[in-house]
Amino acid sequence: MDTPVVKATNLVKIYQTGGLPVPAVRGIDLTVRAGEFVAIMGPSGSGKSTFIHMLGGLETRTSGEIWLDGKRADTLSESGWAVLRRQKVGFVFQFFNLVANMTVADNVELPALLGGVSPRQARERREYLLGELGLTERAAAAPAQLSGGEQQRVALARALANHPRLLLADEPTGNLDSRNTRDVLKLLGQVHRQGQTIVLVTHDARVASMADRVVSLLDGQIVDDGAIPRTRRRPSGTAGDVVELHG
Amino acid sequence: MRLPLLALLAKEPAHGYELKQALEVTFGSAYPSPNIGQIYVTLGRLEKDGFVRAVDVEQSNRPNKKVYYLTAAGREALETWVDEPTEGPRVRDEFFMKLVLAPLTGIADRMALVNRQRRHYLSLMRDLDALAERTDPENRVALLLIEGAMLHLQADLDWLQRCQEDLAL
Ligand SMILES: Nc1ncnc2c1ncn2[C@@H]1O[C@H](COP(=O)(O)OP(=O)(O)OP(=O)(O)O)[C@@H](O)[C@H]1O
Ligand SMILES: [Mg+2]
Repeated sequence: MDTPVVKATNLVKIYQTGGLPVPAVRGIDLTVRAGEFVAIMGPSGSGKSTFIHMLGGLETRTSGEIWLDGKRADTLSESGWAVLRRQKVGFVFQFFNLVANMTVADNVELPALLGGVSPRQARERREYLLGELGLTERAAAAPAQLSGGEQQRVALARALANHPRLLLADEPTGNLDSRNTRDVLKLLGQVHRQGQTIVLVTHDARVASMADRVVSLLDGQIVDDGAIPRTRRRPSGTAGDVVELHG
Repeated sequence: MRLPLLALLAKEPAHGYELKQALEVTFGSAYPSPNIGQIYVTLGRLEKDGFVRAVDVEQSNRPNKKVYYLTAAGREALETWVDEPTEGPRVRDEFFMKLVLAPLTGIADRMALVNRQRRHYLSLMRDLDALAERTDPENRVALLLIEGAMLHLQADLDWLQRCQEDLAL
């Protein structure tokens, strides 16, 4: 059996800010194999962001273990996490955070350059990613000059710049209209077909439906974890499909 | 299908097969294409109700064909239909009934019901995406129909989540 890209066991997060402790994640087990695309869904406040932040080392765990690509990660120091992330993880935040005083192009190239690829390769990858996301024209802009949706697409491009072993994304289409969502979906589909492992939090059913597997959280716990079934309909794909599909 | 046929006839008189083709061109693969039999049955009923009338047109080497045209009563029915507001879509009441009644039956676990339904919706969404993918990008009507279905499905999923939260499953 190959090593899972993600393995979390009995992961717990209790926030302790001032008054009462807030148990945000209450004992989650999750294993993600190489090449898998897992969508995490659940109501607001169910612990999705907390969970995915812990997987990326952006939030410390209260207890439990995290293994990334066969390496124990929950015991790493902050700088240890930083190195691991640079080598293996691309992260898209729910509220995008780009480097404000760098152009869009530099934001996207930076992780690849830090990862040690040549400037030429970094530029080619950046041109490809921005092109796929319809942002070629915006390459020279500063993040503050972009709309929320554009910034979020840049954040996705940046997360993918380094061909990370694992892509973690928190609501990557949260600020996008349906046309821009389509660009993001297309790119996610493409990199997934190329073998990209993806763990992504989303409310968007179109995004979730692209995943191999959906994990539902409620109140800090997993209440469902399984494959999205193939429909039993014959894939004729002609007359009356929408009305048949939607009833 | 009565009113769409009246609408097509409002543009110009046509025979049954032309109406079938016009529906297909307008809605593409996204809408159920009625078979020719259904079209003739509907036209027959519209004729009986006085909304359309038919004339026999002679064809060389072939049996006569019936060309239908809209009557004044038909136009009025069409205008009423277009002008009045349309009912919103009904909620998926069958699933909701199951969910609410499940504990009484003792045979179904609500949590499992919601989870299965969620995965089912996601699989429908995947099919809609595939359908959009193979729809001619020029067919705006079909694509809008698909997008509408997707938005409804999103609402169904959001509602499912609310049910799961609030029924303290
Ligand atoms: N820094 C923090 N300090 C204290 N409590 C927090 C903190 N961050 C999150 N929480 C609490 O933890 C719980 C889970 O929050 P989290 O942000 O993980 O939810 P979420 O599922 O991502 O929600 P959303 O869909 O709204 O993004 C919530 O009750 C939230 O109030
Ligand atoms: Mg969140």
